[in-house]
Amino acid sequence: MSDIAERVKKIVVEHLSVDEDKVVESASFIDDLGADSLDTVELVMAFEEEFGIEIPDDAAESIQTVGDAIKFITENS
Amino acid sequence: MRRVVVTGLGLLTPLACGVDETWSRLLAGKSGAGRIKHFDPSHLACHIACEIPLGDGSDGTFNPDDWVPAKDRRKFDRFITYALTAAEQAVRDAGWTPEDEEARQRTGVLIGSGIGGVESIAETAVTLKERGPRRVSPFFIPGALINLCSGQVSIRYGFKGPNHAVVTACSTGAHAIGDAARLIRHGDADVMIAGGAESPICEIGVAGFAACKALSTAFNDQPEKASRPYDRDRDGFVMGEGAGIVVLEEYEHAKARGAKIYAEVLGYGLSGDAYHITSPAPDGDGGFRSMSAALRDAGLTPSDIDYVNAHGTSTPLGDEIELGAVARLLGDAAKNVTMSSTKSSIGHLLGAAGAVEAIFCALAIRDQVAPPTLNLDNPSVQTDLDLAPHKAVRRRIDVALSNSFGFGGTNASLILGKV
Repeated sequence: MSDIAERVKKIVVEHLSVDEDKVVESASFIDDLGADSLDTVELVMAFEEEFGIEIPDDAAESIQTVGDAIKFITENS
Repeated sequence: MRRVVVTGLGLLTPLACGVDETWSRLLAGKSGAGRIKHFDPSHLACHIACEIPLGDGSDGTFNPDDWVPAKDRRKFDRFITYALTAAEQAVRDAGWTPEDEEARQRTGVLIGSGIGGVESIAETAVTLKERGPRRVSPFFIPGALINLCSGQVSIRYGFKGPNHAVVTACSTGAHAIGDAARLIRHGDADVMIAGGAESPICEIGVAGFAACKALSTAFNDQPEKASRPYDRDRDGFVMGEGAGIVVLEEYEHAKARGAKIYAEVLGYGLSGDAYHITSPAPDGDGGFRSMSAALRDAGLTPSDIDYVNAHGTSTPLGDEIELGAVARLLGDAAKNVTMSSTKSSIGHLLGAAGAVEAIFCALAIRDQVAPPTLNLDNPSVQTDLDLAPHKAVRRRIDVALSNSFGFGGTNASLILGKV
């Protein structure tokens, strides 16, 4: 597993207070990990902070799953 | 007329987390004051406050993990954690966690705060300035708004009745309980979760009140001596923090389910000084009129009052003005009345003060004891009232009056009575 995937999962575990084994690439932040719309905004902010990137609002809206986040960050960092 | 009784209590104070834990320490004459631990106060005029004792939850300490999950606490300011903690105690104490929809719709929440999430606002302002708007948390606004105490409590328990909040500075807690009682009396709800919460002990909070010259600064080396209402050496209030929440309930509703009843809310009075933004009117007329209105609401006369829990913040001006107003109200009856300021022990909890002090009145009625006024070594005035210096006073207490006066000249008086 890539370093990016590990760091993304760590952020998700910390911010959503969910078990690590639930944070799989197919997991949806809202449907599977109990996030609400504000949580997802905060998650995107945390990704930006961790990886030193800017995630535009339209891109942020398309990041629905852990895998989406890993993919976007891998392509843009 | 629908009668309103108190059936549940919750306290988080500088003395302890918990009602019994706070009350026993209050009666024993303990002080909650100390040097500020939450931040380094060395550069401020005031170095002291009455902070909640943090710990593992044993021996009256407050362990936030016992009350609100860390993942939730991250999303709101401390005053909301305090409100949720006291509300949980009150709801448990009252045994009121209805599952059916109609009962939930007949249960409302009215919790206020004087200044709400002032620490979050200050911190977020720094983030905005230093790191820009993209770093402002989406939880900043719902974590700082005062009515989110009521919102969070309603969400936690599914209480779908009136959802409201009071913001009247240091009168907040009393207004919240009084207004909630009126909602029940008027038929808008059968049960109300009501009170106040405050977390003002942060750098900007202390700096702000110090700038108003409202805080004690002469006792930085003797924190426990600083809050000394009516004493000639008093020089300002000592800031406190915490929450007081009650469950109010329509009397027949409480009786029908066999609820424990602490006291009845007999009267509620409000007034405005229309005088000055921070100073009370010198003639004490605002306080006199709020107390008179509460008596009228209760259908009582001054001679019915046994105990007064004073606003008594330990400021040079305010204490004597209130004392004068109480003496004027009571007249000859003053000699039979005990009046104490529990702020001498827990400091001034601002928007939570009136609610915490109403709870002390309910407990004074239950246990027939008036808590003491600490540090009252040399009263600055002569009075017929018993100010309960240093020691709690065992006596008959059927009717208790609690005063709260706030910046802006906003006054509230509550009268509680034995059922």
